[in-house]
Amino acid sequence: MDQILGNIDLLIQFPIVNLKIIIDGVMIGALFALAAYGLALVWGVMNVKNLAQGDFVIAGGYVAWWMTQKGIHPLLGVPAAFIIMWGIGWVIYKLVISRVIERDLFTSLLATFGLAIMMAQILNLMFGSDTQSIDLGYDTLHFADGLIDVPISKLIGVCMALSLAAGVIIFMKRSRMGQAIRATAQDARAARVLGIDTEKVYAFTFSLNSAICGAAGAIIVMAWVIQPFYGITYSIRAFVIVTAAGLGNLPGVIAAGLGIGAAEQYGSHIFGIGYQQAIAVLLLLLVLVVRLLIQRRKRQVLQ
Amino acid sequence: MKKWSAIFAPALVALATTAPSSAYAAECEEIVLGSAISLTGKYATNGVHAKNGYEFAIKKIKENGGIKVDGKCYNFNVIYYDDESKGDRGATLAERLISQDKVQYMLGPYSSGLTKAIAPVTERYKIPMVEAEGASRSLFNKGYKYLFAVLSTSEQYLASAVTLAEEMAKKDGKDAGDIKVAIAVENDPFSLDIRAGVLEDAGRVGMNVVIDEKLPRDLSDMSAILTKVKLLKPDLLVVSGHSKGAATAVRQIKEQNIKVPMIALTHCEAADVTGNFGDAADGILCSTQWAETLSYWDPVFGTAANYEQEFKSAYPEYKEKKVPYQTAQASAAVMVFMSAFERAGTLDKDAVREAISATDMTTFYGRIKFSDAGNNIAKPMVLRQIQNGEYNVVAPSAFASHGLDWPRK
Repeated sequence: MDQILGNIDLLIQFPIVNLKIIIDGVMIGALFALAAYGLALVWGVMNVKNLAQGDFVIAGGYVAWWMTQKGIHPLLGVPAAFIIMWGIGWVIYKLVISRVIERDLFTSLLATFGLAIMMAQILNLMFGSDTQSIDLGYDTLHFADGLIDVPISKLIGVCMALSLAAGVIIFMKRSRMGQAIRATAQDARAARVLGIDTEKVYAFTFSLNSAICGAAGAIIVMAWVIQPFYGITYSIRAFVIVTAAGLGNLPGVIAAGLGIGAAEQYGSHIFGIGYQQAIAVLLLLLVLVVRLLIQRRKRQVLQ
Repeated sequence: MKKWSAIFAPALVALATTAPSSAYAAECEEIVLGSAISLTGKYATNGVHAKNGYEFAIKKIKENGGIKVDGKCYNFNVIYYDDESKGDRGATLAERLISQDKVQYMLGPYSSGLTKAIAPVTERYKIPMVEAEGASRSLFNKGYKYLFAVLSTSEQYLASAVTLAEEMAKKDGKDAGDIKVAIAVENDPFSLDIRAGVLEDAGRVGMNVVIDEKLPRDLSDMSAILTKVKLLKPDLLVVSGHSKGAATAVRQIKEQNIKVPMIALTHCEAADVTGNFGDAADGILCSTQWAETLSYWDPVFGTAANYEQEFKSAYPEYKEKKVPYQTAQASAAVMVFMSAFERAGTLDKDAVREAISATDMTTFYGRIKFSDAGNNIAKPMVLRQIQNGEYNVVAPSAFASHGLDWPRK
């Protein structure tokens, strides 16, 4: 208790630290938002709740890390992870996901849960259980007497995440495929009647999700660290964000992603870093309770 | 497992039949030791390191003329089984070694967890076990009478950093009470042991613990702690969270430009902080059980450096890397058995147990003397400082090869 009060006291004594916490939170939050957006896409279009979401992120990180070991510039790891994870996503769709789409919720949950375990163990066998990270060797920008520090590698990572998000949004709004995906999300049967090859749309959506996650992972390995069993952290965050923001609410997903990043940083500053994940789960609980209360008052069908 | 023993049994027979042809073994009899060790599964890498350490020591002892017990000459032979890195498997295999293979003396498995699983079995059959790879202090508060460990227990891993910080503060004209300590350890038994050791030592000299936090199991960001470090300016920062803790700490200490006069970590080698982060790791203190630059000596292996050299020529697969301390301490465990047999002057199990318990010897691995609980109380943990990308021993000062760079820049 004393420690918690001491930590709050620090925040009051050094108000600038608040700004630092928010900056740190927003930077990691941008990546949570990316993974969450992919999850919302798959969830919304094919009604598959992908429990392996975080493991796709970590797999992307390992792709980028492995490419760097082979002598490729780390920044090229991000597009490379995007492309390779697209391919892996497609294969996984054909092997596993396409068989469970039409089934009930539990089949797809079980399938993706199994997928998550498989992916983590395969990464462990391939790359070992040690922590990996790529050091870009860039400097860190310091502000406010060195209390605020922004590593350039993180800054680049966040910019890449933002441009990827922007790219995906434009693609969804403007391209034919984007339209087809949105049409399928609204009503798959009607889309089929109107000549949309929904099977192709599903495969495309899942591959796109996998690729987005892969790019997020490649950014994470540049600015933070990865380990084969870290997937679950990103899965949990992605679920919290999508549950909080709702499907098909892109600005909501981004806002929730940044918000949860900042909330976690505050939580870990005040209660200790051990409670970081607890904060995310607590937020999920709160969101669910609040939603339930709202829904009770206003009966409606899912949009 | 059946398959394993099927492969193994003929190999043992082959070993036994070819052994008499060698010049050393001709006039020597055999003392059989048993060990369940991780040759597959998650501990396989370190399990193999340990097994190589056992085998290398046995070979060296043989070359040195064997073990002299009451005028007769003996050599060791070890029956190994693969415990697949699983505790229940380890316990079953220990039973099997004792009741079927009639093994009277055991060498330890790899890791605290496996040792914890096997110790109750050896205890029940009153079989002395000298282990080299289980450091958790929870092994030594159960009142075991037949368990002996050559390595330092985990609460000592970073405690010597506290002593070092105190020395440095005194030199700087500061009082121990002015020293501020920040601790960040993972919430697992091993790391909590480390925290307990640091807290105990810091408390004894009256240091002020300003940060005491637990790291999550899936740590990838500890900037919240480091921000507090920046605000509270501790004189000593201790981080232990396996290889992810070391990697995250080194990375973010550099990014956030953290200036703490002394930073001590565990698992620097496993995280390869020098290879991954280059200069950022400079000045950091890392704990280790043993280093090849230490000035320890014994008649079988010579100096620690000599051990390293001869081991590498016997096992060429280690040429490119440093010989891990897991290997060195495994060899030291065999040395303890050798010395105990010679001092006991008999193969009687209880007499040998008494002799092990009375061990007080110097080896290339360090001094070995057991407490009543069975842990080695004579060997200090070693602290190495990363200086220009090299791991140099800086503490304990009696064996240090290099001076400490302090304060860390």
